Amino acid sequence: MRTWLSVLFAALIPLGLLASNFHGQARSPALANSQPGLRGTGDLGVIIERASGSVQIIETTGQSSLARIKGLGDLSHASVVFSRDQRFAYVFGRDGGLSKIDLLQQTLAKRIIQAGNSIGGAISDDGKLIAVSNYKPGGVKIFNADTLVLIATIEATYGDQGELSKTVGLVDAPGGRFLFTLYEAGEIWMVDCADCAQGAKPRLTKFKNIGLQPYDALISGDGRYYIAGLFGEDGMALIDLWAQKPAVTRILDGYGRGQKKLPVYKMPHLEGWAKADNHYFLPAVGHHEVLVVDAKTFKQSGSIKVHGQPIFVMARPDGRQIWINFAHPRNDTLQVIDVKTKQIIKQFTPGKAILHMEFTPRGEQVWVSVRDENRIDVYDTRTLKKITSLPANAPSGIFFTWRAGRIGL
Amino acid sequence: MTFLRPSITANGSAILVPALAFVVVVFTFNLVMAFVPLSAQRKNELTNLVRQDCGSCHGMTMQGGLGKPLLPENLIESTPEELAEIILAGVPGTPMPPWRGLLARGDALWIAAQLKTGRIKRGNTQ
Repeated sequence: MRTWLSVLFAALIPLGLLASNFHGQARSPALANSQPGLRGTGDLGVIIERASGSVQIIETTGQSSLARIKGLGDLSHASVVFSRDQRFAYVFGRDGGLSKIDLLQQTLAKRIIQAGNSIGGAISDDGKLIAVSNYKPGGVKIFNADTLVLIATIEATYGDQGELSKTVGLVDAPGGRFLFTLYEAGEIWMVDCADCAQGAKPRLTKFKNIGLQPYDALISGDGRYYIAGLFGEDGMALIDLWAQKPAVTRILDGYGRGQKKLPVYKMPHLEGWAKADNHYFLPAVGHHEVLVVDAKTFKQSGSIKVHGQPIFVMARPDGRQIWINFAHPRNDTLQVIDVKTKQIIKQFTPGKAILHMEFTPRGEQVWVSVRDENRIDVYDTRTLKKITSLPANAPSGIFFTWRAGRIGL
Repeated sequence: MTFLRPSITANGSAILVPALAFVVVVFTFNLVMAFVPLSAQRKNELTNLVRQDCGSCHGMTMQGGLGKPLLPENLIESTPEELAEIILAGVPGTPMPPWRGLLARGDALWIAAQLKTGRIKRGNTQ
C-alpha cells in the first residue's frame, strides 16, 4: 500500500511541476507588463528644454520620447553627465541648480541649488564625485555623487585682491583628477581628488599665464591632453598630463593672423573636439573655417571653408564624418564633411537655431536640436536623410548615456 | 528716381549727385526708422534673440554668465542711448561683439529700454 502511494506520489510530482510551469509561463507576459522599468539604459538620452526648465528622456532604438522631467530651473547652457551605471543623469543648470534624474524610474531623484550662476560639471573616473564649475561664486564645488552632499569647495582666487575668477572647461581626468580653467585669471588648475570621497582634502596644482580670456577647454579622449581655447588671443594652451612635470605650452599660435576677424556672436564649444584620421578638427574663432590639426604635433595642417563660424565640430564615432553647426545668424544650417576627402558632402537647412548634435553610440544616427522650430530631427548618417522628428520645447543640448564611459564627457 | 540719373551737363557731378542723394536717402531712412514703432512680430523676434542668443553669455534671465548681468539694477547708470551704442558697437577687448549689421538702431534702443525695465527677463515685452 505504502509502495503504491509513493509511486503515485512520484508520478504526481512531475505533473505538479508541469502544471506550475504552465502557470508560470502563462503569468510571465503579465509580469513583464507590470514591470515596464525592466530595461537597459544604453539607448537612453536626455534632451534639455531650456526655456521651460525641463528635460525629456528619450530612447534611440525606436526614436521616441519616454518622459518629461520638470522643475529644473534656468537651463540655458545646461549640460549633463551620467553615472557610471548609466542610470542617473546629472543636469547642471545656469542658475546653480544640480539635478539628479533617475532615467529608469523617470523621476527627479535629487536637486540642490549649489551656487548662484554655473556653467557645467564633470563626474570623477570612479563615479563617486560630481564637480561643478561656477561663475558666481567663482570656483568649483565637489559633491558626493550618490547624496549630492558637499565634499569640497575650491575658490578660484587670483590677483592681489583675492578676487574670484569665473571657471570654465571643467573635465575629469584619469587618476581621480579634475581640471578647470580660470577665465579672468588666465590659469589652469588641476585638482587631485582621488581620496576625496574618503575625506581627504583636494590637492591643487596651478598653471599660470596660460593666455588671455580662456573661454572653454577640453581633454582628449585618452585623457592625456588638456587644451584651453583663448578668446583674447589667437592660439591655445595645452598641458600634456603624461609629462614628468606637466607644463603649459602654446599651440596653434597666431592661427588666422593676417585675416580680419569677424564679430563672434556665439562662443564655439570645445567639448567633443573631433578627432578623426589622426587629425583634430576644431572650430576657428571668428572665421568661417574648421581647422585641421595634426594630432601628434598639434600643428595646423590645413583648414576647411565652411558656411559660417562653427560652434560644434563633431566626429561620428567611427571618425569618417564631421558634422558642424554654426553661430548666429547662420545657425539654420548643418554641414557634413567627409574626413577622407575633407570635402563638404552635404548641407542641410533644418530650421532656425540649430544648437546641438549627438550621435548614437555607434553613429548610425545623429540627433539634432532645432531650437526655434521646437523640434528634434533624427538623421541616418549613412543615407544622410532624415528618419524622424520629435517635438521638444526650445531644445538645446542632447546627451546620450554612452558618455558615461568616456573620459572628459 | 529720375533725379538719380547722371547729369551730362554738370561736369564732375555725374557720380557725386547720385552718391550724395544715396547718402541723404539712407540717412533719412535710418533717422525715420529709429522712431518708427517696431511691429509686434519684430518685438517677438528681438525678445527671442535677447533671451536665447544674448542669453548664451548673459543668461536667459539676464542674471549674467560669461558676460555681465543685465538686470535693471545693473543698468541704472546707463541711458538707453548708451546701452544701444554698446549693443551696436560691441565692447572691444571683450567677447561682446558689435551687433550693427544685424540690428538697426531702433532695434537696439528698444532692447535697451526693455532691459532697463526688466521686461525681457519676465518675457512680457508687448
